Amino acid sequence: MSTGERDLLDVRELYVTYGGRGGGRRGGHAAVAGVSLSVAPEETLGLVGESGSGKTTVARCVAGLLRPRAGTVTFEGRPLGRAGHRPPELQRAVQMVFQDPRSSLNPRMTVASVIAEVWRTHPVTAPEGDRTEALHRLLAAMGLDPDVASRRAGDLSGGQCQRVSIARALAVRPRLLVCDEAVSALDVSVQAQILRLLAELRGRHRLAMLFISHDLGVVHQIADRVAVMRRGVIVEEGRTVEVLTAPRHPYTRALLDAALDLDDPVPGDGTADGGAAG
Amino acid sequence: MTPAGAGTARENGAGKPAPATDGPILRIEDLVVELPGPHGTRTRVVDGVSFDVPRAATVGLIGESGSGKTMTAQAVLGLPPEGATLTGRLLWHGEDLLAATPARRRAVRGREIAMIFQDPLAALNPTQRIGRQIGEVPRRDRLPRAEVNRRVVELLDRVGVPEPARRMRAYPHELSGGLRQRAVIAMALAGNPALLLADEPTTALDVTVQSRILRLLADIRAADGLAMLLVSHDLRVVSHVGERVVVMYAGRICERGPARDVLRRPAHPYTAALVRSVPAVRTRTAPADPLPGAPATPANRPVGCAFHPRCPLARARCRAEPPKVREVAPDRWSACHFAEEVPGS
Ligand SMILES: Nc1ncnc2c1ncn2[C@@H]1O[C@H](COP(=O)(O)OP(=O)(O)OP(=O)(O)O)[C@@H](O)[C@H]1O
Ligand SMILES: Nc1ncnc2c1ncn2[C@@H]1O[C@H](COP(=O)(O)OP(=O)(O)OP(=O)(O)O)[C@@H](O)[C@H]1O
Ligand code: SF4
Ligand SMILES: [Mg+2]
Ligand SMILES: [Mg+2]
Repeated sequence: MSTGERDLLDVRELYVTYGGRGGGRRGGHAAVAGVSLSVAPEETLGLVGESGSGKTTVARCVAGLLRPRAGTVTFEGRPLGRAGHRPPELQRAVQMVFQDPRSSLNPRMTVASVIAEVWRTHPVTAPEGDRTEALHRLLAAMGLDPDVASRRAGDLSGGQCQRVSIARALAVRPRLLVCDEAVSALDVSVQAQILRLLAELRGRHRLAMLFISHDLGVVHQIADRVAVMRRGVIVEEGRTVEVLTAPRHPYTRALLDAALDLDDPVPGDGTADGGAAG
Repeated sequence: MTPAGAGTARENGAGKPAPATDGPILRIEDLVVELPGPHGTRTRVVDGVSFDVPRAATVGLIGESGSGKTMTAQAVLGLPPEGATLTGRLLWHGEDLLAATPARRRAVRGREIAMIFQDPLAALNPTQRIGRQIGEVPRRDRLPRAEVNRRVVELLDRVGVPEPARRMRAYPHELSGGLRQRAVIAMALAGNPALLLADEPTTALDVTVQSRILRLLADIRAADGLAMLLVSHDLRVVSHVGERVVVMYAGRICERGPARDVLRRPAHPYTAALVRSVPAVRTRTAPADPLPGAPATPANRPVGCAFHPRCPLARARCRAEPPKVREVAPDRWSACHFAEEVPGS
């Protein structure tokens, strides 16, 4: 969906190296090697690709948790900078749902206090009336029972944790949501419910998303455009239908060949070989 | 918490399963798991679950988020959350593990039965290099250090970690989600288990690595008779690699039977809803219609059939009488009063 407007998120020539010494990070591991991408308002960009190809690293740069070796990350033309140094309205505008939901929530905190905390940090987003009621509405939208509010994050199932992280991110009404495997721990019925909610927020609040996922079916449902990463670079990018039905890069083809559909014939042979894994 | 978990007991010297008997390798009978709830209450998160894992078979365990899949697997492993009470029987080659001594439980864990945990980051010790964690079981066998290292490199290589000799020195946070997942799989395989409890083992992996891991597990199964309980939300994977499938909702089984058959022609309205919701890879579909009503939670389980508030087929009997799991067609088991009416069944 090219709106012709200025992009909301713009990532230019991003380089990230882990470890190594000196300004050039000699001897380090180049996790991201020149990635550029952009997301327009109301647009969802799917980011798929090889395991270890740098998708989470790109997301962490957007969230301001990691400083790139080179390159820029801007939001409506303003540099995003480190998470702790962002002005509150930028901090709020860009929210992230992390790949390991359990490790991004304090296991001892109750779900109610997790949400109360973000409303305290961003008072403009706090509900006007009864907060408990607002909290229950938020949980219900995630397919969570109100009794989850009083439970500690550490006592939740994997998918419940994941929905609490999504709820926490949406509680402050972000304009850009960075989702790193955000719906992968959910049964497909709840997953469909959350995907519908995200689609609705996009229409209602012009929510834009950078949506990282290994599930090509989910990406096919939600993304307007898709970028495919491999070994630190984007190897293919385009409109979702085009990339996922007529891939041009051999790696994208390998991914699609390996992906299963529910009614594909029995495995054994012919189903793809994971030669691209190494 | 590593798959090799607590303790160093080596009572069961050989670390190998008891001699083959007929019947399933694992039989779960009427398993009930209760956890401490708020204000001194107890919550029944697993409510009378029974099914078999046949020798060298892969059984898929699917179902609602929060329905008790992980709790069932952790009960089998013998590492339920603190304060949990377990009743029923867990027959491991006919021996009831729920009645076994703690020493015997520890001996089984990590060797005969190993688990791949759902959240790899939580399953790994953040302060230890992954090589050390994978080598824990081999080290317990007092293998020389070089031998342990060789084995760790070999395991990492088998699960598709590139540059295994370098990666074994990494700390968990230095690995991508998919590499961590593979480290956890290597750790579970280190003790040559006879049963692998795999909780979402491939969700963090790209599909090419995923198919490689699934093939590796199939190879081990063909060579060593490895059986697997595969907990997964990915119905596509379950239908491709599972012989059998068990479907859970709100702590109970709603359906079980041959995997492809169940997923092709469900005999329970909840299974039917799941199958309908699987997104297609090769065509663009809209996200499925959500189920009406609120999901059930174990603390708040509707009386009668737990699924009735959301079920399109529900009627008076469903609200009054909890359905029992019954054989609705040869080898097809469903906990629905009206299984015969499920569309497409
Ligand atoms: N803190 C770190 N220190 C060193 N190396 C790291 C660190 N974090 C990530 N890496 C490495 O950088 C590369 C890219 O990692 P990243 O997590 O971005 O991959 P990814 O595309 O998200 O993969 P996955 O799909 O498996 O989650 C990997 O090789 C990873 O091992
Ligand atoms: N440590 C705990 N203390 C109390 N309740 C818990 C604890 N762990 C899980 N529960 C509850 O027990 C129920 C079953 O949880 P379980 O983790 O088995 O679900 P699951 O089927 O694996 O779900 P998911 O697919 O989301 O991982 C859930 O309702 C969960 O909230
Ligand atoms: S027993 Fe009744 S409510 Fe339960 S699944 Fe069957 S038809 Fe639906
Ligand atoms: Mg990642
Ligand atoms: Mg679970």
